[in-house]
Amino acid sequence: MPADGANTHGKLLTLTLQVWRQRDSKSEGKFETYQAKGISPDQSFLEMLDVVNEDLIAKGLEPIAFDHDCREGICGACSLMINGEAHGPDRGTTTCQLHMRHFSDGDDVVIEPWRAAAFPVIRDLVVDRTAFDRIIQAGGYVSINAGGAPDGNTLPISKKEADLSMDAASCIGCGACVAACPNASAMLFVGAKASQLRHLPQGQPEQHKRALNMLNRADKEGFGSCRNHFECEAACPKEIPRRVMAEGYRDYVVATLTRDD
Amino acid sequence: MTAATAETTQKTSTKSPIDYPLSDLKLDAKIPSGPLDQKWEKYKFDTKLVNPANKRKYTVLVVGSGLAGASAASTLAELGYNVHCFCFQDSPRRAHSIAAQGGINAAKNYQNDGDSVFRLFYDTIKGGDFRAREANVYRLALNSRNIIDQCVAQGVPFAREYGGQLANRSFGGAQVSRTFYARGQTGQQLLLGAYSSLSRMIEANKVKMHTRTEMLDVVLVDGHAKGIVTRDLVSGAVESWAGDAVLLCTGGYGNVFYLSTNAQGCNVTATYRAYKRGAAFSNPCYTQIHPTCIPVHGDQQSKLTLMSESLRNDGRIWVPKKSDDCAKPPDQIPEDARDYYLERRYPSYGNLCPRDIASRAAKVVCDEGRGVGPVVGGVRLGVYLDFKKSIADKGKADIEGKYGNLFDMYAKITAEDPYKSPMRIYPAVHYTMGGLWVDYNLQTNIPGLFCLGEANFSDHGANRLGASALMQGLCDGYFVIPYTIGGYLAGQTGGAVTAEHGAFKETESDVNGRVKRLLAVKGKRSPRSFHKALGKIMWDRCGMGRTASGLVQAISDIRALRGEFWDNVQVTGTGDTFNVALEMAGRVADFLEFGEMMCLDALHRNESCGGHFREEYQTEEGEALRNDDDYAYAAGWLYRGDDKLPALAKEPLAFENIKLSQRSYK
Ligand SMILES: Cc1cc2nc3c(=O)[nH]c(=O)nc-3n(C[C@H](O)[C@H](O)[C@H](O)COP(=O)(O)OP(=O)(O)OC[C@H]3O[C@@H](n4cnc5c(N)ncnc54)[C@H](O)[C@@H]3O)c2cc1C
Ligand code: FES
Repeated sequence: MPADGANTHGKLLTLTLQVWRQRDSKSEGKFETYQAKGISPDQSFLEMLDVVNEDLIAKGLEPIAFDHDCREGICGACSLMINGEAHGPDRGTTTCQLHMRHFSDGDDVVIEPWRAAAFPVIRDLVVDRTAFDRIIQAGGYVSINAGGAPDGNTLPISKKEADLSMDAASCIGCGACVAACPNASAMLFVGAKASQLRHLPQGQPEQHKRALNMLNRADKEGFGSCRNHFECEAACPKEIPRRVMAEGYRDYVVATLTRDD
Repeated sequence: MTAATAETTQKTSTKSPIDYPLSDLKLDAKIPSGPLDQKWEKYKFDTKLVNPANKRKYTVLVVGSGLAGASAASTLAELGYNVHCFCFQDSPRRAHSIAAQGGINAAKNYQNDGDSVFRLFYDTIKGGDFRAREANVYRLALNSRNIIDQCVAQGVPFAREYGGQLANRSFGGAQVSRTFYARGQTGQQLLLGAYSSLSRMIEANKVKMHTRTEMLDVVLVDGHAKGIVTRDLVSGAVESWAGDAVLLCTGGYGNVFYLSTNAQGCNVTATYRAYKRGAAFSNPCYTQIHPTCIPVHGDQQSKLTLMSESLRNDGRIWVPKKSDDCAKPPDQIPEDARDYYLERRYPSYGNLCPRDIASRAAKVVCDEGRGVGPVVGGVRLGVYLDFKKSIADKGKADIEGKYGNLFDMYAKITAEDPYKSPMRIYPAVHYTMGGLWVDYNLQTNIPGLFCLGEANFSDHGANRLGASALMQGLCDGYFVIPYTIGGYLAGQTGGAVTAEHGAFKETESDVNGRVKRLLAVKGKRSPRSFHKALGKIMWDRCGMGRTASGLVQAISDIRALRGEFWDNVQVTGTGDTFNVALEMAGRVADFLEFGEMMCLDALHRNESCGGHFREEYQTEEGEALRNDDDYAYAAGWLYRGDDKLPALAKEPLAFENIKLSQRSYK
């Protein structure tokens, strides 16, 4: 529904941005300064960057690359460090759902990609997060084939367990936890998947092995270990609780103590 | 290189102001014989099977990793085929299916409220305004039950009752409670389930996953789809992939309207390129405008956010009776000055009437000057969705439990608290029922080219009922394609064609030429600005209300815009890098051609049905007026060249199990 006239609920903002620009994974990167002008407080952070990019293109310059897709806080694509905070100042919010009303006219805003050895920069603000996929490939599933599943109501699951599972399952795989962690640990991400499945009877047969395999893979991918800073929990846009890490770790320990291979 | 398009013979009558040729190509749906409820069983028995030991000799290319693509890729790999899967996002988990909120239908009848496979079938045919194919829809309803079982087994945390049983809610267009959900994140949980199965097959080396890879063409060898050409979005490398069959699971094209509830990357490129190689594109004008979205706030907006339809279970929709009241805050408008127009016009379904009807009703009241919220472009485009009564009746905790994340999302975007004041909503483009034409096998008219999920046209007719897209995507991928593809592959020699074949080089050079052409324009206008301009034409002329003259105008406006695009688009950067401007420009270029085809389709269909509302064709009460004598068919458009109008082929739709009738939700 393209609108004809601008409709803003407040004064338009002008911001000074320091944006990380890097041509590719091999090149050196550096900060560039841009002005974002005429920004409505109702715009989202990414819509603000769209405006800056339109300006750049009008000047024949290459737009700032950043990952995004759903723009409603669920796909986990958007991933910006804003003034040193993963996804910016608003708690429990992804970058795409951060609105400019959280900024004031004249603000300086520093925008960087996630920084972690396991997430190399691809271009500008875009990083490679396929390491997360490889962690899931190591065991973040129930090993069943399509077809032949018993009726969905065969095993009752208490509402409480289903809710605990769902709380963990809300993880969007954005990587803010890793970006926020001083050790770049993926423990919250791994714990979320382990926790989701351990609270369901379908996930229990592989519960311990799953945690072991995922954590070993995380190690191999170059994520650091968890030192209980809990910066991840504070940065998580889906507010995944820290208990999932304890649950995942417990399963991991049980697996290391009981493994028979 | 292009599949032979049948010679066109006749000319159409003067029913359309723009004359398009008719094709004599038979779109044969290959519906199995026998009674409706036995067709699928019979089909499964009659279809050729591929010997288990031979499956590994076949390679299947799956484009897309949403519900349709991920479920197809993992299931085919489980069966033993070699699979390559492609997506343009950085991870298969981020496919647009992730954003679905409300739920997934299944004819489980767990609520003992009268549901059945036949009722789900009936509701879907009727909801689609009698423009879908009975046999496919019945199969969908039948398999819907297995989907829930499969997802539960995967560890999808569906909502549960206190007794531990699966919970259900009701959705628009149905009078039974058959929708399964995982809070307001159903699509996310179903996709993560499919993604986990896919991940398991990647680990087992049965699926090779290609992320940040965009398919830009289909490769045909002797009229069969035998591969694709892709561009690596990081390195810019254009590459060929050979396979024994190609599955397009590339989602919908709602973004042709620029503003929609779709993710930013959703596009028509894959299916449009296939169309240009000869695949019939069916019913492109069937677009779903969803009634419950957050209204537009300004002209820098990049997307519209859906508020799940499930909210209509507990929210009541109203506007002031008098336009004088529209500027007042809602709490100052007394009960008797409010018009609960859906409850008034459709007493038996009320706020739960189907989407097309609810959307149009909202447009009507806003056009009458009774909309609410800020004035945008001279009008107030919004209606209230009010939870006050439900909060009073059921308690805040109950409402929070059901819709908490949706309320939070609304508050974040609008800075208003929906627990205290009603939400404001307005219709927005949401889903596209049109897509590549497929037969009962989900095969297009190009042998070896299959199409699944939102990208095909098959199951929803002219309007999709809520919670049925997730069902269709997973049904296609988990339970249909694993059988139907065998019928095709059994007649092919696995691995017979490799990427060394000349057709691949030729197609690669077409793709490279196109990339070069985009980069060579070096004009002044950004790809986004063209996309916005196209979106405005489409929304104004081919949106909720369409007229012949408006569509004719739209076609000429789109042609002019397309001309300007190729003269004046500014695509910065180069082809051999990660180039977001180039990516966007390629998609917009396809939308600029495709939009014209949508308008032509809307123009040729001289009737109103479901989401296609031609203002000339309405009943006295303003309801859609179908014309079954002339238009009970699926339109299949066939490409004939860039400077020619496409030709129309028709698949007549027979209704043998449900009587054709005017829909009524009164
Ligand atoms: C906000 C929202 C809420 C919704 N809620 C519901 C709901 O509650 N219930 C319901 O039933 N339906 C709902 N829907 C509809 C439903 O989500 C979609 O129709 C469905 O998920 C589409 O699935 P898909 O697998 O066909 O396509 P998608 O999930 O869109 O996946 C498309 C895939 O194709 C890939 N792709 C596309 N083009 C290319 C290319 N050229 N090259 C390579 N890869 C490509 C993408 O990378 C992606 O992996 C909702 C839709 C929206 C927008
Ligand atoms: S863009 Fe999808 S979560 Fe932000």
